[in-house]
Amino acid sequence: MIINAENIKYDDLNTAIRNAKGNIELLNVCGQRFIASGMQDKRIIINGIPGNALGAYLNGGKINVKGNAQDAVGDTMNAGEIIIHGNIGDAAGYAMRGGSIFVKGNAGYRTGIHMKAYKEKVPLIVIGGTAGSFLGEYQAGGVIVVFGLNKKYKKIVSNFPGTGMHGGKMILRSNCKDIIFPKQVSVNPATTEELEEIKKIAEKYCDFFDEDINIIMNSPFTIITPNSNNPYKQLYVTN
Amino acid sequence: MKKEGQIRIPSGCAIAAVISRSGKLMSGERIIKAMEPMHDRSNGLGGGFAAYGIYPDYKDFYAFHIFFDCRDTRKKTEAFLKEHFEIVKGEIIPTRKIPEITDEPIIWRYFITPLKSVLAELQLDEKEFVARTVVKINSEISGAYVFSSGKNMGTFKAVGFPEDVGRFYKLDEYEAYSWTSHGRYPTNTPGWWGGAHPFTLLDYSVVHNGEISSYDANRRFIEMFGYKCNLQTDTEVITYILDYLVRRQGLTLGEAASVIAAPFWSTIQNKTDIYDKEKHKYLRTIFPSLLITGPFSIVLGFNGGLMALNDRLKLRSMVVGEKDDKVFIASEEAAIRKMEPYAENLWSPAGGEPVIIRVEEGKY
Repeated sequence: MIINAENIKYDDLNTAIRNAKGNIELLNVCGQRFIASGMQDKRIIINGIPGNALGAYLNGGKINVKGNAQDAVGDTMNAGEIIIHGNIGDAAGYAMRGGSIFVKGNAGYRTGIHMKAYKEKVPLIVIGGTAGSFLGEYQAGGVIVVFGLNKKYKKIVSNFPGTGMHGGKMILRSNCKDIIFPKQVSVNPATTEELEEIKKIAEKYCDFFDEDINIIMNSPFTIITPNSNNPYKQLYVTN
Repeated sequence: MKKEGQIRIPSGCAIAAVISRSGKLMSGERIIKAMEPMHDRSNGLGGGFAAYGIYPDYKDFYAFHIFFDCRDTRKKTEAFLKEHFEIVKGEIIPTRKIPEITDEPIIWRYFITPLKSVLAELQLDEKEFVARTVVKINSEISGAYVFSSGKNMGTFKAVGFPEDVGRFYKLDEYEAYSWTSHGRYPTNTPGWWGGAHPFTLLDYSVVHNGEISSYDANRRFIEMFGYKCNLQTDTEVITYILDYLVRRQGLTLGEAASVIAAPFWSTIQNKTDIYDKEKHKYLRTIFPSLLITGPFSIVLGFNGGLMALNDRLKLRSMVVGEKDDKVFIASEEAAIRKMEPYAENLWSPAGGEPVIIRVEEGKY
C-alpha cells in the first residue's frame, strides 16, 4: 500500500501506517517524527526524510529508508530491522535492547549510547561509513560495528569512543592506531573466531547495500570490550 | 506580565538559515517554509527571523527595531534618540492582523545615525556608541526594548509559532541575501516578545537551540565590559560574547568559536599541529570565562555572512547543505529539504567546528 505523506502530521501518518495492510511504501516524507514507533510486523519503505525517533520502541518488522535519516533512529527499539540507505544523525540506537540497524553511510554522535543486552536479546548496529564522537557511550551490551568505508581523510571514529562502556562489544574495521580510547576499555585485534562473526555481519551489509564483501574483509579489525581489570569506581568520585 | 529572568526557562527550539554566497536576494517565504516540518520543536511561545540586505535605501543608517509598551514610552525614547542621533525616518513596522498573533506591543523602526558632535565629545567610535545606546535604552527606559540595531538588516520576532510570526511581519515582502530563523520552546515561562530569538546587537544576530549551563559565569564576565544582560535568557549573553570577541577584541570568527566551544584540554594536548595546539591553549587561557558549556547549536548572522556552531559535545543537532550559490543550515535535514529539495553535500558539522559562510566581496 502506498501512502503519500506530504503535509500529513506525524500522528495521522502513524495511524495510516497502523491501519495499512501488507507492504507499505511512504512517499514524500519530510520530517515526520516517530514513524512506526512501537509497531511490530510492519514492512515499510520510506522515501524522503523521516523525522527524529524513527522506529522508536520498534518491536519487530522491517523499515527501509531510501535516503538519510535524522536523530535517534531506533531509540529503545526491542526487535526488528531498520535499514538506512544514507547517513543517520545523532544518538542512533539510543538504549536499544534488541533488533538491528544497518546504515550504508555515516553516523553522527553517540551512536549506540546506552545500548544493552539480555539473554537472547543482543542488539546490533552496523555503520558502513564513519562514526562521530562518543560512539558506544555507556554501552552496556550488544554489538556496534563500524566499517569506515569511503572515509577518505577522516578517522573511522571521532573522539572519545567507548566512554563509560561497561558491556557489549565494538568492532572497528581499522588497526585503530590513530584512535585514543579511554583506560576503561580493552583494545585487541580480532581473533579468527571473531572474524567469522564479522564476516556474517558483513555479508548481510553487502546484501542490503550491494557492496563487495572481499573489500570489507580485506582489512584489520579491532575489538573493543570493557576492561574488567580497570573498573569505574573512581571515574567520577573517590568512594 | 512577568518577564524572563523572573522565571527560569529551559528550551528545545528549532533553527534554520539560508544564505546566497553571490548575494542574490530571496524573499522570506523560503525560510518560513523551513520551519514547517520542525513545527513540533517549538511550542508557540516565540518565533523570529533575522534578514540581511533588506534596507538598501537606508544602508548607511542603523535600523533600530523597537518594542514599546505604550505611546508615552515611545515619546520618551524618541526624545532620547533625538538628543544623540539624526533620525532620517521613523515608522510603524507593517504587520498583518492574524488570529495566531495577539497582544502585540507597539512596534516601530527608526533609521538613525549618531550626531558627529556627540561622537566627538564622547571620543567613541560609532559602533561602540550605538551599542552603548542599545544597552542604555534596554536597561533604563522601562517598557522600551531595542531588538534590532544593525545596518541594512533587521530582526522580526514575536510570541507565536515561527511560521505565523513570519506571516505577521509580512516577511514575504522583504528581500534578503541571508535569513536566519528560530522557533522557540520555553517550557515554564509566560514568554514575551523581547524574549524570542534572534538576539541582536549591531549587525550581529544569534538564534540558538539549547540551554547553556555556564550562563552566570559568562554573564558576570561580560557585564564587566558594559554589556547588560537584561533578559536573563542564555542566548542574549552569546550575542554579547561574540560582539566582544569579534568587534572589540578583533578575533576572527574561527578564533571566537574556539573560545566559546573550546576543545577539551585532552583534545588540545593530543593535537599534532603545534601552531593549532598553541593557539587553542592561548585562547582557553586568556578567555576561560567565555567558554560556553551545555547544549547549544547557534547561527550567528552578520553583514555579509553566517557562522553555524555546535557546542563541543554536540548536544544539539545541526545539518548543513548546499545548492548552487546557496548554503542551508537547520536543526533537521527535513527543513533543508523543504527549502531546497535537491540540496547537495549534506553534512553534520562536528561539535565545536564552526561553519563560516561569506558572501562574495562587493555582492552585499
